[in-house]
Amino acid sequence: MAAISLDHLTKVYPDGTRAVAELDLEIADGELVVFVGPSGCGKTSALRMIAGLEEITGGTVRVGDEVVNDLPPKARDMAMVFQNYALYPHMNVYDNMGFGLKMRGLPKSEIKRRVTDAAAILGLTEVLAKRPRHLSGGQRQRVAMGRAIVREPKAFLMDEPLSNLDAKLRVQMRAEIARIQRDLGVTTIYVTHDQSEAMTLGDRVCVMRHGFLQQVDRPQVLYDRPANLFVASFIGSPAMNLVEAEVGDGVVTFGPHTIRVDESVLGARPGLSRYAGRTVALGIRPEDLEDTAFAPDASSDSRLTVTVDIKEDMGSEVILHFAVDAIPVKTEAVAEVVTAEAIEAGVAQTHQRGTPFVARVERGTQAREGGRVELVVDTRRLHFFDLESGEGIYGEVAAPAPVAA
Amino acid sequence: MAEVAAQQPIVVPDPSDTVAARIIRIAGKLPVNLFLAAIGLVWLVPTIGLFLSSLLAPNDFNSKGWWQIISKPSVATWANYSNLWNSTDIPHSLVTTAEIAIGGTVFPILVAALAGYAFAWLEFPGRDWLFVVVIGLLVVPLQMALIPMFSLYNKLGIFDTVISLVLFHTAFGLPFAIFLLRNFFIGIPKDILESARIDGASEVRIFSRLILPLGLPAIASLAIFQFLWTWNDLLVALTFARNTQPVTVAIYTNLRQFGSNIDIIAPASFLSLVIPLAVFFAFQRYFVQGLLAGSVK
Repeated sequence: MAAISLDHLTKVYPDGTRAVAELDLEIADGELVVFVGPSGCGKTSALRMIAGLEEITGGTVRVGDEVVNDLPPKARDMAMVFQNYALYPHMNVYDNMGFGLKMRGLPKSEIKRRVTDAAAILGLTEVLAKRPRHLSGGQRQRVAMGRAIVREPKAFLMDEPLSNLDAKLRVQMRAEIARIQRDLGVTTIYVTHDQSEAMTLGDRVCVMRHGFLQQVDRPQVLYDRPANLFVASFIGSPAMNLVEAEVGDGVVTFGPHTIRVDESVLGARPGLSRYAGRTVALGIRPEDLEDTAFAPDASSDSRLTVTVDIKEDMGSEVILHFAVDAIPVKTEAVAEVVTAEAIEAGVAQTHQRGTPFVARVERGTQAREGGRVELVVDTRRLHFFDLESGEGIYGEVAAPAPVAA
Repeated sequence: MAEVAAQQPIVVPDPSDTVAARIIRIAGKLPVNLFLAAIGLVWLVPTIGLFLSSLLAPNDFNSKGWWQIISKPSVATWANYSNLWNSTDIPHSLVTTAEIAIGGTVFPILVAALAGYAFAWLEFPGRDWLFVVVIGLLVVPLQMALIPMFSLYNKLGIFDTVISLVLFHTAFGLPFAIFLLRNFFIGIPKDILESARIDGASEVRIFSRLILPLGLPAIASLAIFQFLWTWNDLLVALTFARNTQPVTVAIYTNLRQFGSNIDIIAPASFLSLVIPLAVFFAFQRYFVQGLLAGSVK
């Protein structure tokens, strides 16, 4: 077990693609850090450089106090769980899990002890003699985990370990990984493209895009205080509603709607005053929109009346789709998360020009498809971003928000 | 699920439940089966003929017909085989053939497996160009090398030895062997090898513990081809062997010397045919599909 520190870690492939750019990160001993981002954001390249499978173009990787740049994978004492498990097909489960220990010359009795212990933790005791092809997907995934656990390594590296499982199993294994990691206290780097996996698992989450670190922080901070438009639209499901809006005196106007901006927001975002009279990107999370019927005492200057296009009853909540007659935010960062086609589809879906919006309201709502509904906006939780730079508007200047190291 | 299973016997009646259904089924396949059997028979005629001839005594061969082998009393005799076995000539050359064929199979596969792994998975400068050269060697006809190798072996003093034949077969077997194994090895999922590397395996261990067992189907088919080729070879042996005769050369020289000594040629040919067949059946079980199943995804 050890802390891992990345210093200006950079990967440039021979064809000139810069996969990872100047990645700085300190991972504490025993911490679970998640790298998240859309495909091609460099998260896997970063992981592979830490593992030693990919040559490091620039910067350093430190494990504990030791620079491991030039060490081969086996000398770094890390265990990796691959996306497709990469089990040895001609060996049974026991040998699969024991292989790494055997290669390191551990005595047979010790191998047996560790493998049986790990098998017990993972519920694999019954299948130790089976070959991988006779196992179910979930069992294979467990074997891959077991192979990492028995090594008792300095760090676990996990490359989208759950992406081949079906949804239900994924949630189950997610919890199991969290439990195992907590119990063993092993430093873990977990790569995923699934923001919900990142949010639920990570002590801290690194959001990456085009090889650049966008923001790294605790999941709650990423959610409440996204550094830029990319993080804002990537984190959260359904995604944050983003629309171009005009900043007025204590109010913000988008399309036909004008809502009051709460004092607390203005207080927390002094930089917003510089945008008076200018157009910004306004972000409203779906759950910050509520059917007025459930918030009767909300003030009238935080309401918008819309025509419901689609109503999705999830049981626990109701998701309403509607269009707001305002200009959608179409910066590159947003387009990357919500691809251009998806935006088109969203517009087509709502049958109207404007910006597709999503609201998450109480399940008792009387809203009907095609009907009008009045929604109230939680004005304390509005998000503002600079349209040019995409940066969140927080402090005095529209400079990049402080990125927690 | 349980409901569906319960309904199955009603929806799909077991086709083998009535005698009539079974007869219809067999009759339906009959023409195809007959056709296949006929083709098989045509293919086997020379072999069967050879076998029957080998059972006839030399005198009977000229005066009796093959059908008298299965008539009563039969004229068949194993005398040819026992004579063959008691003479030193043919058994000795069979041993020589075995030495050449085994050597000429094991060596190229050993070298080609190592080379194939390197070409598939190791990074070194000029790798792809070197591989192109190896592919290019596929088209070099071995006849071209007979004379130069003849004089080279003479100078080295290994002319007329088993080693010289093994080396020749190795050299000309390698390009195809490397090509085949490299292409098979490159299909082994990269993640498995990377996983082994992280697990602490050296390249040698990866080769012996992963590549060889996972490459077994390719290695087995290559072994069969190479073995048959070296076993049946006449041309190369004729050029480089004078006294260390493999069985093909022995049969060939017998043919020349006596012309009509079918009592040696037939059983010897049959023996030389049965052994590679046995090899084929021994290796056949390694042609298992899906050896990689279950490793990834």
